[in-house]
Amino acid sequence: MSSFIGDWHALLILLLAGILPNEIWRVLGLVFGGGIDEGSELLVWVRATATAILAGVIAQILVFPPGVLASIPDLVRYGAVAAGFVAFIATRQSILAGVLCGEAVMLAGKWWLG
Amino acid sequence: MLRALTVFPALDSPKWQGVASPYFIGVKAVGSTILTLVLFATYLGIGALAHDSGFSLGWALASTLFVWAGPAQIILISTLGTGGTVVQAAIAVTLSAIRLFPMVVSVLPMVRTRETPMRKLALPAHFVAVTMWIECSRMLPQVPRERRVAFTNGLGTGLVSVCLVATTLGYVLAANLPELLAAAILLLTPLAFLFSTARNSRQLVDRLALVLGLALFPLMAMLHTGVDILLSGVAAGTLAYGVHWWRRRA
Repeated sequence: MSSFIGDWHALLILLLAGILPNEIWRVLGLVFGGGIDEGSELLVWVRATATAILAGVIAQILVFPPGVLASIPDLVRYGAVAAGFVAFIATRQSILAGVLCGEAVMLAGKWWLG
Repeated sequence: MLRALTVFPALDSPKWQGVASPYFIGVKAVGSTILTLVLFATYLGIGALAHDSGFSLGWALASTLFVWAGPAQIILISTLGTGGTVVQAAIAVTLSAIRLFPMVVSVLPMVRTRETPMRKLALPAHFVAVTMWIECSRMLPQVPRERRVAFTNGLGTGLVSVCLVATTLGYVLAANLPELLAAAILLLTPLAFLFSTARNSRQLVDRLALVLGLALFPLMAMLHTGVDILLSGVAAGTLAYGVHWWRRRA
């Protein structure tokens, strides 16, 4: 069981760095939600910044890949995402088509280049 | 286009009576949306990422259950996994989570009646994330208003359960699969997020933020500040907003 939970210190970090800073916004929405205009300019900025942070995380995983993803050559990773994006656009924004195409290109590229 | 049609009982059907049956209709509705598959792929990736970053399976499951926001979980795991501090991770997570606020604000009025006490909305509020937000807007008009809290709880429980299974599967597969397939699972995360974010970005300001965010991060990373994601995100988001503001004035 101890390997399932790991160390308790990590769970405390999960609470402080993950659960609380995330859940606070749901609680605020629940308590103070009534008076906020959905189309307000502040929310436009918030949405843009949240999107850009997420984009940064996507870029981080691709540029500094975690774990075994690092065994895939840079060009194959970037090529896979680019090919997936083309498939996504070509299929009128099918997420599934984009993901499958990106994965196929990565597997093929790695198999080819070693 | 890929979305299956969801067929619910008619609004005045006796199948909506009670609490249990709207709850289970909500659980079953999980099977009627393509987004469930996207979530499954995303959480396979999150499970694999947690494994490769050295977290326990219990930790990964607790993050899926209690954080319940894919982007926040990925930011948390990758920030901590690459040596970031608790404070850096918390700031990046909370910035990414601000978007939950407008989602909760727009979902809850659809879920509640005039008499619904706030404590009954706590669980539906916790379930709110991008998928719930999209599906509630689509499905709730087909649900009788007095049954919507139970229905939303059912839908949320169903989606969380699917993602707990996916987290476990991704974690176990990352540990046991050949390297190439484990790498393929890790690649699911950036692919699924990139395309689902692109699809949700209907306005120019959001598309610009996505493109600028992708482009600015590698530049910012060269500065080795330790808060690269925060800086590039705030800079790109503000830049995109600036363009939006300037275009509206012009």
